[in-house]
Amino acid sequence: MDQSAKIADIHKSIVKEQAAQERKRLMLNAGLLLLLLAAPFAIYPVFLMKILCFALFAVAFNLLFGFTGLLSFGHAAFLAAGGYTTGYLLSNYSGLSTELGIIAGTLAATFLGFGFALLSIRRQGIYFAMVTLALAQLVFFFFVQSEFTGGEDGMHGIPRGHLLGVIDLENNLSMYYFVLAVFIGCYLLVQRIVSSPYGQVLKAIKQNEPRAVSLGYNVDRYKVLAFVISAALAGLAGSMKSVVFQLASLNDAHWHMSGEVILMTLVGGMGTLLGPVIGATFVVNIEYHLSQGPLRDWVDPILGGVFVITVLAFRSGIVGEIQKFIRKNIG
Amino acid sequence: MSMIFGVPLAVLSGQLLIGIINGAFYALLSLGLAVIFGLLKIINFAHGAMYMLGAMVTVLMFNALGVNYWVALFMAPLLVGAFGVVIEYFLLRRIAGQDHIYSLLLTFGVALIIQGVLINWFGVSGLRYTMPDMFKGGINLGFMFMPYYRAWVIVAALLVCFGTWFVIEKTKLGAYLRAGTEDSQLMQGFGINVPLLISLTYGFGVALAAFAGVLAAPIYSVTPVMGSTTLIVVFAVVVIGGMGSIGGAIITGILMGVIEGLTKTFYPPASSAVIFLVMVLVLMFRPSGLFGKEA
Repeated sequence: MDQSAKIADIHKSIVKEQAAQERKRLMLNAGLLLLLLAAPFAIYPVFLMKILCFALFAVAFNLLFGFTGLLSFGHAAFLAAGGYTTGYLLSNYSGLSTELGIIAGTLAATFLGFGFALLSIRRQGIYFAMVTLALAQLVFFFFVQSEFTGGEDGMHGIPRGHLLGVIDLENNLSMYYFVLAVFIGCYLLVQRIVSSPYGQVLKAIKQNEPRAVSLGYNVDRYKVLAFVISAALAGLAGSMKSVVFQLASLNDAHWHMSGEVILMTLVGGMGTLLGPVIGATFVVNIEYHLSQGPLRDWVDPILGGVFVITVLAFRSGIVGEIQKFIRKNIG
Repeated sequence: MSMIFGVPLAVLSGQLLIGIINGAFYALLSLGLAVIFGLLKIINFAHGAMYMLGAMVTVLMFNALGVNYWVALFMAPLLVGAFGVVIEYFLLRRIAGQDHIYSLLLTFGVALIIQGVLINWFGVSGLRYTMPDMFKGGINLGFMFMPYYRAWVIVAALLVCFGTWFVIEKTKLGAYLRAGTEDSQLMQGFGINVPLLISLTYGFGVALAAFAGVLAAPIYSVTPVMGSTTLIVVFAVVVIGGMGSIGGAIITGILMGVIEGLTKTFYPPASSAVIFLVMVLVLMFRPSGLFGKEA
């Protein structure tokens, strides 16, 4: 067999394998979708929406941390910026349909993200983490001092309103399917971004930034864009959260929230698509169930313990470890 | 009464004094962070928790055993430092060689555990610690009243800061430390116990935080959450000063305390944010920090 035929053969088998993987992924996603569509009939929809909002938050964070290698310790700022903006608009302009409020919240977070990115993007590794943390703290103090946020009291009674002016979102089921649709749209968007040529450049930057620079990529611009997209999606998560709970508070802006989203992503599996979703589900459930039981005062130390164990023993997270296991044992 | 920019001199100098004292704490805390980071490349997110432990241990030792202030000033850093060595030995050592980000996440988890456990034991309201008798009262400097204890805090903090700087930058032990972290294999070959050196360095950095905690116990309210907000400010101080610069951490710490105090006098609402604003400005015009060498 001559050289070119051999290459064509290898190429064919790679394509085949990819197609098989693609099929597997489609089946997995279809299964999950069915599960999510049926879920509100078995589980309280507001609880599910909480999971979905945090899952979106973690997916957004993971785009930056898992796929670009930038650890932001300030993502709470975007969650809160989205939530407060949406909450303020919906509370004060009663004719506004809900999706416009949510879009405005997302835009606010996007601009804030752009500002953060300009100031922090040239820093590396832990410097980057500390700079984003300090910037987010600045935003936190702004929210504490501002009158429109309600300061320490927060914003209450945000009306859910009507979607497109028609669909009543006071109904938990319609609210749930709206949140689910937004979540799925964002998830697919991130999936698309990660597998696009742009996503490949992000991965290249994560693996070896000087190499990406010497290949001629304007690394800073790629990173800024990734940061802005991540901030926008985090803001969207915050906007939806404020509509779902009809509440926006300083909790969302506190740096503990930035730590929590790191935990979700890390536990689920950073750099995997499904990881942050699993991680968010895991953390929200732990918090909820612990707060119901005799250990309700021990939520923080237990989460801290989960953090320590994850960093020490399984850095690739739940999804990452499962992938490793499958690769080793099934092929 | 004399006025400066519409503010009475006594008020201004009072705020300035508070600023210098806060600055002394910032300097001690960011010095500990800078030692740990500069030598070990670990971002110690548990630093605020260690500061809090120093203060808590002081109060608890006094309440349970009647241990006085001067003994606590020595014992609390020793105990907390030993605790730090244990953490380094059992936890941080296992992730040596991994991305530095993991050390940040690990110590964040440790901080959550320490703080959460203490909140459960003692609640979030402040514990009382009475000042030693000899520090009661103060001296009138003519333009302001200077409590003895505050003067002592400034002196003690500056002495410890300068001593640490001197040991690391000017002595043989400091040279070993710097060499050991630069090229640990070579130092190991010369017969120096590098892992021990690393444990002790972490313990020492943490002990500095605990020392700050003891100094804080008589004047700040001692609660399990006292470290968590301070820590973020100290992070900003470290960014402003330039990561890993030991002299820079000390000078910037005091400077930021003073700036914070001045802001409190002239425009109170911005006082808790001003350090972060300075950080943004420094990042725009001098990205590696005022004293940093990193490009």
